[in-house]
Amino acid sequence: MIEMPLLSVEGLNKSFGRQPACRDVTFELWPGEVLGIVGESGSGKSTLLNAIAGRVGIDSGRVLYRTAADQIVDLATAQESQRRHLMRTEWGFVQQHARDGLRMDFSAGANIGERLMALGQKHYGNLRETALDWMQAVEIPPERIDDLPRTFSGGMQQRLQIARNLVTRPRIVLMDEPTGGLDVSVQARLLDLLRRLVQEYNVAVIVVTHDLGVARLLAHRLMVMRRGQVVEAGLTDQLLDDPQHAYTQLLVSSVLSV
Amino acid sequence: MTLQQDYAANAAQAPLEGYNFAFLDEQTKRMIRRAILKAVAIPGYQVPFGSREMPLPYGWGTGGMQVTAAVIGGSDVLKVIDQGADDTTNAVSIRRFFVRMTNVATTEKTRDATLIQTRHRVPETPLHEGQILVYQVPIPEPLRWLEPRETETRKMHALSEYGVMHVKLYEDISQHGHISTAYDYPVLVNGRYMMRCSPIPKFDTPKLHMNAALQLFGAGREKRIYAVPPYTDVKPLDFDDHPFEVERWPEACALCGSHDSFLDEVILDDKGGRMFVCSDTDYCGERQAAGHRGHMAAPYKDEAAE
Amino acid sequence: MDMIRVENLDKTFTLHLRGGVALPVLRDTSLSVMQGECVTLHGPSGAGKSTLLRSIYGNYRPQRGRILIRHDGELVDIASAAPRQVLEIRRRSLGYVTQFLRVIPRVSTLDIVAEPLLARGIADSAARERAAGLLTRLQIPEKMWGLPPSTFSGGEQQRINIARGFAADYPILLLDEPTASLDEQNRKIVINLIDDARRRGTAIVAIVHDADTRQAITTRLLPLQAHGVAA
Repeated sequence: MIEMPLLSVEGLNKSFGRQPACRDVTFELWPGEVLGIVGESGSGKSTLLNAIAGRVGIDSGRVLYRTAADQIVDLATAQESQRRHLMRTEWGFVQQHARDGLRMDFSAGANIGERLMALGQKHYGNLRETALDWMQAVEIPPERIDDLPRTFSGGMQQRLQIARNLVTRPRIVLMDEPTGGLDVSVQARLLDLLRRLVQEYNVAVIVVTHDLGVARLLAHRLMVMRRGQVVEAGLTDQLLDDPQHAYTQLLVSSVLSV
Repeated sequence: MTLQQDYAANAAQAPLEGYNFAFLDEQTKRMIRRAILKAVAIPGYQVPFGSREMPLPYGWGTGGMQVTAAVIGGSDVLKVIDQGADDTTNAVSIRRFFVRMTNVATTEKTRDATLIQTRHRVPETPLHEGQILVYQVPIPEPLRWLEPRETETRKMHALSEYGVMHVKLYEDISQHGHISTAYDYPVLVNGRYMMRCSPIPKFDTPKLHMNAALQLFGAGREKRIYAVPPYTDVKPLDFDDHPFEVERWPEACALCGSHDSFLDEVILDDKGGRMFVCSDTDYCGERQAAGHRGHMAAPYKDEAAE
Repeated sequence: MDMIRVENLDKTFTLHLRGGVALPVLRDTSLSVMQGECVTLHGPSGAGKSTLLRSIYGNYRPQRGRILIRHDGELVDIASAAPRQVLEIRRRSLGYVTQFLRVIPRVSTLDIVAEPLLARGIADSAARERAAGLLTRLQIPEKMWGLPPSTFSGGEQQRINIARGFAADYPILLLDEPTASLDEQNRKIVINLIDDARRRGTAIVAIVHDADTRQAITTRLLPLQAHGVAA
């Protein structure tokens, strides 16, 4: 079997007015691969994530995705119906703030079941069963299935968001600072869980983070962004242990080691 | 009757001095009729229209009244109900308004009416071809509770992204053990558009399905008109293992003994006394006239006179 | 059969934060390692022993030269391989043992050791059995297996890392001070582990400061001078 990339981003450009946010970004993502995008705030990494997901339009470039049905779709020009369908099924998006990625007024079970219901699953018992399985997978006590996410801790909300995304077994999950607002001990647990789930479900991940520790632990490969440009890319340990670009060296040397 | 004759007849039934027939000017009526035609052509789709100020506040049925005003003709026989009753304030006010503005004949008999404006009920007596049922709608958008952005809900309608509607029903079951949504039950019209039935009890929801009458929905404040043409498929949402069900009552109507109608609970005293009676006053009265009796019914007039 | 072939390697570190000063560490370095050989890198501090080892692992990127690693029977240049290919080579052909364990929060000792086996598609029970065997051999008490090693002593963490490195039975092993902080008894155990692996045909490159250990495991010494020129 000849392996093909799952996603090929080619020459992606995006400006806000005269302010370029992504400049000629090109990369590939392979099945099961975890790609970290690092860089300081304002480097364009979140914009890139949103552009890939079609949440913001792009000025030029292509976002070629190979679907589960083995068709190549340019998400930048695809029919909106198809793009939205893919985002609900084969893609996931984990937001930094759980409140942006969850329905805070609906129970944990409903949050997990939503994507399945959107796909037309209409058996309450099965939906409930699936929700319970996923709560277990992300270490949320099953008896909280009918509780509202707002009664959950920050870490639990984030885990619920992950379950809500993974329930349709997506092939790509985009994550924007998934451990951002969490306490260090809570972060560790989430990172471990993410690592495990990514491995178990062989899902490809693009994770945006400014935390090089998170990048080291999660990502196979890194891209360093600065002022909208990818200044350096490579294997995670290569990039962190032998940084070549001046900016990468600055990033790596700025980390407090414990 | 030709259109010309119809206009002439309308003009002859001159309303109050200085007002056009049926209150709205002819241009406005045409605009609303165009919206209605589009709504009929695309069952369940919400057509925006330029809602006018009516001599009632929003929330009192201004949407329904504009639809009624746009379709009413001098030869129509009008029935107006509020929660099934012909004699409540809202129904009486609207009926009187149209009588003053059109001089049309009115009736309380569902069977005899050509045009029925309703708030929150569908008459028990089956409608027949040629009749028009106009619903007053407070909030037309079925997706509003899960998506506040109008641009997004329109997109969801355009792309038939309705799966998430089940989330609310899921919540019902998880919290109450059954689908507890009791009114304004979401339906799929003609296999395409998700629609709110206005706040009718879910008991009435099946009546929309394959109804012989034309059903028009007007939302004045939200400026939307939508329609279910005669004999259109209307399917309530449900789960495979929690199918759609209408409510049932432990008793029959205390006045007419009906087991098949929507019953209102009436509190009789402060000692727990209560009775159930039909919410549709016309239906209940007709049954009583036909000799049906509930356990608390007074003897019929004729019998009493003897 | 040669398992590693390093050809004319140059590695210079450019420190952009220090005004772009260039530190040449390896120059025209070459090395080849056969099956069943244990080549020990030897030289003063700063001669580039670790740099060479890390370059062979694909961790450092050289400016010039090739680093051919035998992978699935073919020699593949890890210096120019795509990241995915480097990971694949590491997963199946190339192991690297340092004295420092990179602790992953919440992952138990047994799982850390079994992970490389699982990554190679070995069944859960078999992987755990092999991991348990190695931990026993390295004298990690069974009651510690279920715990994450973050609170363990340096020597314990090092032995766990060694168990992890030897678990997958890579055809090529890179060892960076594997016995550095071990007591005499454990050092002997590790020496035996290395020897067993070599006898099975594993090609080994090692950095060992301790003279006794070096003596015990080395089949060939590669002296490195400053600037990494193989003498």
